[in-house]
Amino acid sequence: MKESEKRTEKKLGWFRETYKKIAESRKKIEVPDGLWTRCTNCSEIIYNKNLEENLRVCPKCGYHFHLRARKRIEITLDANSFVEHDFELSSDNPLDFPGYEEKISASKEITGLNEAAVTGEGKIGGRYIFLGITDFEFIGGSMGSVVGERITCLVEKALKEKVPLVLISGSGGGARMQEGVFSLMQMAKTSAAIAEFKRSGGLYVSLLTHPTMGGVMASFASRGDIILAEPGALLGFAGPRVIKQTIKQHIPQSFQRSESLLSHGMIDLVVNRKEMRPTLIKILNLLLPE
Amino acid sequence: MTEQYEFVLDFEKPIIELEHKIKELKGVTEREGMNLDKEIRSLELRLRKLQKETFLNLSPWRRVQLARHPDRPKTLTLANLIFDEFLLLHGDRFYADDGAMVAGLARLGKEPVIFIGNQKGKSIKENLYRNFGMAHPEGYRKAKRLMSLAEKFSRPIITFVDTPGAYPGIEAEERGQAEAIAANLEKMSWLKVPIIVVIIGEGGSGGALGIGIGNSILMLENAIFSVITPEGCAAILWKNQEKVEEAAKALKLTARNLLELKLIDGIIPEPRGGAHRDVEQTARNIKRVLLKELSRLKKLSPQSLARQRFKKYREMGSFKRG
Repeated sequence: MKESEKRTEKKLGWFRETYKKIAESRKKIEVPDGLWTRCTNCSEIIYNKNLEENLRVCPKCGYHFHLRARKRIEITLDANSFVEHDFELSSDNPLDFPGYEEKISASKEITGLNEAAVTGEGKIGGRYIFLGITDFEFIGGSMGSVVGERITCLVEKALKEKVPLVLISGSGGGARMQEGVFSLMQMAKTSAAIAEFKRSGGLYVSLLTHPTMGGVMASFASRGDIILAEPGALLGFAGPRVIKQTIKQHIPQSFQRSESLLSHGMIDLVVNRKEMRPTLIKILNLLLPE
Repeated sequence: MTEQYEFVLDFEKPIIELEHKIKELKGVTEREGMNLDKEIRSLELRLRKLQKETFLNLSPWRRVQLARHPDRPKTLTLANLIFDEFLLLHGDRFYADDGAMVAGLARLGKEPVIFIGNQKGKSIKENLYRNFGMAHPEGYRKAKRLMSLAEKFSRPIITFVDTPGAYPGIEAEERGQAEAIAANLEKMSWLKVPIIVVIIGEGGSGGALGIGIGNSILMLENAIFSVITPEGCAAILWKNQEKVEEAAKALKLTARNLLELKLIDGIIPEPRGGAHRDVEQTARNIKRVLLKELSRLKKLSPQSLARQRFKKYREMGSFKRG
């Protein structure tokens, strides 16, 4: 970079920071009654009922809001077909990590889930599948021992019953810090199960949602036979903040987004939320016997 | 003998000063024929006591410092001392040769093996090429290529782990850092050859795991293995970089912690004062354990090797039912 460019960048950097602060403070304005939501992307005020009907996608700009695990099951599977597995598993605190139990309790309250992954079986377009979802709202969707165990059990059952597997990831944190190396080893455990499943001829579709990073992306999430992503999702290994700290450069907005991964050949398709169920059905029908 | 340590940690200082003093006195004895034996003996006693006090119960944070010690022997230094034959190979056949990851053919005693390791540099200049031991996707893909070679020619795999983590950079992401690591995790889960992993310095998260799955996971006494750096953990948890000592303790990242938690299989002792104080002794210690592990694993059939490894990872995790 030339000296003059550096100077401009410095000035621009100040402007960017200030602009961001202003934009953020504007976003913080609470919309009364919980009747309306302001779009994170285009600032459009959306009537909540319309947002829900539109599967939590902004009707104006197409921004995909976070979708909770239960809702995701509802819009993916045939009505009332889901049966949950391994609900009884819960986290202990193997490292006696300070504040971990409190963090789990708080996440349970916010999400109504008992851990970051929900797994089970159900039907999609009349076809039996095994489905696993990680929910970003539960400690960043991070993979501790319970998430690793639920995913692994699910993959093993799918293998045993010769049923296709769909995993929907929204795991911003990747590995779960509070479980230390136990958490890291879940990457190995889930990867081994996935490898065995695929080698036995099973079909594994991985769907990446905002955000899927770190240890989850560096294990089962990026090893689907077919990989789909929702538009605009942040996907990658290292978080943008860590990268920015390391290389000390501005990172473009489009970096690590679904569309960028598509153009770099890392995923098969970017699919709008409304099209996701029909797309999944199409893939299953085209690859598998009737 | 004039040993020069380029880098001295705070808690190493008193020991190194005392060593210098003893050396000086010995020099005086020799040059001037004075009898200072009594003084020397008392200083040596003090030195031994000080070493014991300092190194017997090192805090986790001090072990982190030792694991990252600039003078700590690096992968190739140890490999050259340990292996009886050694031939480095290069490139991932897709994009580049990654200086942060080394791999090649080697012979341990009489046994031909495939060797893979993270490579840190010894100097700033070398680190420009080695990228401080932080591999790009091409590093993991080179490792994977050598793993395939091991499978094809039924050669055991030995890996040395020493990395702060996989490189967090724009190009690394664009070329699929996550995919490259994930592919290795899958591959190492079913390979039908023995895999022995030795964490010799820093075992940094997913970047370490990318060459770190094995039938036998060993750690040097002062090596660390962690899901996040203590600095990162302190920043997230306490929003305070100065809490690194607490973070290092909370993360249970030392070899002793991890052996107690049954997440690793063994600890290789280091010379007193750490691996950098006697590199050749460190290499001998590693070699002895490697030979033992290899002869044990070689007795297993290819199928049972894969099964044993698979089962070992299947059982990892800590949770309750109900």
